[in-house]
Amino acid sequence: MSQDAIRELTEQKYKYGFVTDVEADQAPPGLSEDIIRLISRKKGEPAFLLEWRLKAYRQWLQMEEPRWPNVKYAPIDYQSIVYYSAPRPRKQLGSLDEVDPELRTAFEKLGIPLVEQARLSGVAVDAVFDSVSVATTYKEKLAEKGIIFCSFSEAVRNHPALVERWLGSVVPVADNFFAALNSAVFSDGSFAYVPPGVRCPMELSTYFRINAENTGQFERTLLVADEGAYVSYLEGCTAPMRDENQLHAAVVELVALPGSQIKYSTVQNWYPGDAEGRGGIFNFVTKRAKAMERAKVSWTQVETGSAITWKYPSCILQGDDSVGEFYSVALANHRQQADTGTKMIHVGKRTRSTIISKGISAGRGQNTYRGLVKIQKGAAGARNYSQCDSLLIGDTCGAHTFPYIEVKNPTARVEHEATTSRIAEDQLFYCRQRGLSEEDAVSMIVNGFARQVLKELPMEFAVEAQKLLGMSLEGSVG
Amino acid sequence: MLRVQGLKARIGDREILHGVDLAVDAGEVHAIMGPNGSGKSTLASALAGRETVEVTAGSVTFLGQDLLALPPEKRAAAGLFLGFQYPVEIPGVANLYFLRTALNAVRKARGEEEMDAMDFLAVAKEKMKLVRWDQSFMTRGVNEGFSGGEKKRNEVLQMAVLEPRLAILDEVDSGLDIDALCVVADGVNALRAPDRALILVTHYQRLLDHVKPDRVHVMAGGRIVRSGGPELALELERGGYGGVAPGHAEARAP
Repeated sequence: MSQDAIRELTEQKYKYGFVTDVEADQAPPGLSEDIIRLISRKKGEPAFLLEWRLKAYRQWLQMEEPRWPNVKYAPIDYQSIVYYSAPRPRKQLGSLDEVDPELRTAFEKLGIPLVEQARLSGVAVDAVFDSVSVATTYKEKLAEKGIIFCSFSEAVRNHPALVERWLGSVVPVADNFFAALNSAVFSDGSFAYVPPGVRCPMELSTYFRINAENTGQFERTLLVADEGAYVSYLEGCTAPMRDENQLHAAVVELVALPGSQIKYSTVQNWYPGDAEGRGGIFNFVTKRAKAMERAKVSWTQVETGSAITWKYPSCILQGDDSVGEFYSVALANHRQQADTGTKMIHVGKRTRSTIISKGISAGRGQNTYRGLVKIQKGAAGARNYSQCDSLLIGDTCGAHTFPYIEVKNPTARVEHEATTSRIAEDQLFYCRQRGLSEEDAVSMIVNGFARQVLKELPMEFAVEAQKLLGMSLEGSVG
Repeated sequence: MLRVQGLKARIGDREILHGVDLAVDAGEVHAIMGPNGSGKSTLASALAGRETVEVTAGSVTFLGQDLLALPPEKRAAAGLFLGFQYPVEIPGVANLYFLRTALNAVRKARGEEEMDAMDFLAVAKEKMKLVRWDQSFMTRGVNEGFSGGEKKRNEVLQMAVLEPRLAILDEVDSGLDIDALCVVADGVNALRAPDRALILVTHYQRLLDHVKPDRVHVMAGGRIVRSGGPELALELERGGYGGVAPGHAEARAP
């Protein structure tokens, strides 16, 4: 055997060996009951959860992908997706100098602190500061109050009774096509439980959760606020997020027991694709809360990312005197498409809801508000106020509004207001005459437009979100 | 300070300015008067760099710079201020925040240090006295729901904060009742300074009763047709534009 042949052979072996190693940690593409059993086994889940996943899968098989959203995309091949890969730590970088300069520029513009920049871009932060110890400090503080805040997998291991009781109680397994898919294959996510009467002393964010990396494309979040409890939860971040998986189908369930209050804030900045819309994330999310007597749920979202957003954070106002709020800013630039809004389902008496939606369209972006206000028969004295405003920048974008109102109780009061406006030449000239650059002027006008929503965000989040709105519109005028 | 020579400009296909010549020196107050459609506002817009006004000929130097080569924000940074005839509303942007952002943009462009919120508040409070304003106006959106008079006072306040070298006030007196006119005029007078020039664009003599101009120009048909001292304004008051701008007899000053 010649030297070359030997080398060829050894190299081949090495190659195969490498593939075998990967196979051990990654399921083949496609979805079947076997794959779901594999996911559940790999995660060491209790029997109830496997049954739950299988039930979701069987129903999903009977369901069809929704065609009603006002978005267009090429068909998704669900059998080409890999549904299980073992959590891998992100590639660690030695220092911030190794980070993509484009990302660094974005960080600087957003005013994200250096330490945070390091964490977000996967630099080994221990050299800068000990993130684990910070997280641990917070965890201890929460534990003192009896608050559970951990990854979903940890919750399944350590608090299976709580998970079994509340999982799927707000978004049933077969609620919709993407929620069913998520229920069958969800990878990980967050879990929080706040005991009766406890006011959570800090904003809960995945930032302070250990093992937060790699929640994957099918994220599952469950928050339970027990009677009289209060919790504020922050999801996402303003920094641009890239991911190799194009399809994201998350489910978020909020359970607000009597007298409790949940404030859920999101800043979503997934990769929107290039200027032609290639490669962006499809973000198909089901978010819903159930509010019992006197409970209050507020959703606040700033959606600037993703190629396609399909998302309707909703409230089932089950208990008498419960309150639901939805504050949203959705921005669609370049070829982005957003179909987003909310559903307020009034079941209990004297339930109240407020909807403030601000859609911003630029470039060739298409922005759709879709909302349902439903007053059921028993919801005497229910009230809703909805305001949907659209702002157009340029003349190649679109804004659409689909408000659905169903009222089955004559004592209910439902108000809806809608406006559409355009950034006018005179507004820009006025700002520029006062010394502002065109970009700063657009950013200022847009932020003024979105102010009602931005002021609902926790302070530090709001400041970053403001800058994010401006940045997302760079180059959209002129 | 400002030298305008042979300035021609059009809006769309229509030429509005047919060759304007104007020279303004530091410390001077000029009034540009004339009937509707004579090109006064177009001249103001052209000097400030509004994109809808296209300059087709002529030159403008401002403090030694070629003004026409600069975008609007650079002209502002160079010290040019335009008080708008119709100040624009910017909903949701607090007046105080807008003012500070504008001041800091201008300071930054001049290589000066930006002013923090606390220092700025002190400056703004001082300047608000000029237009006899209370703080409630500062937290409202820029001109949002302001009355005509409030908008004009806001323009004067902005001018006071930005401290321009040259301020062009386009019909700052229109739509004001006599009390508001006095407030605005007092504000303008307080800003007269040896190193600052003012151009008042107006239809009416009545503003000039409160703010005494050094020079008065009459515009008609896209040109400055007559210039003189303050007495020219009084002449207009008596004889209307017909006497000084032949062919425009239909436009009489009240």
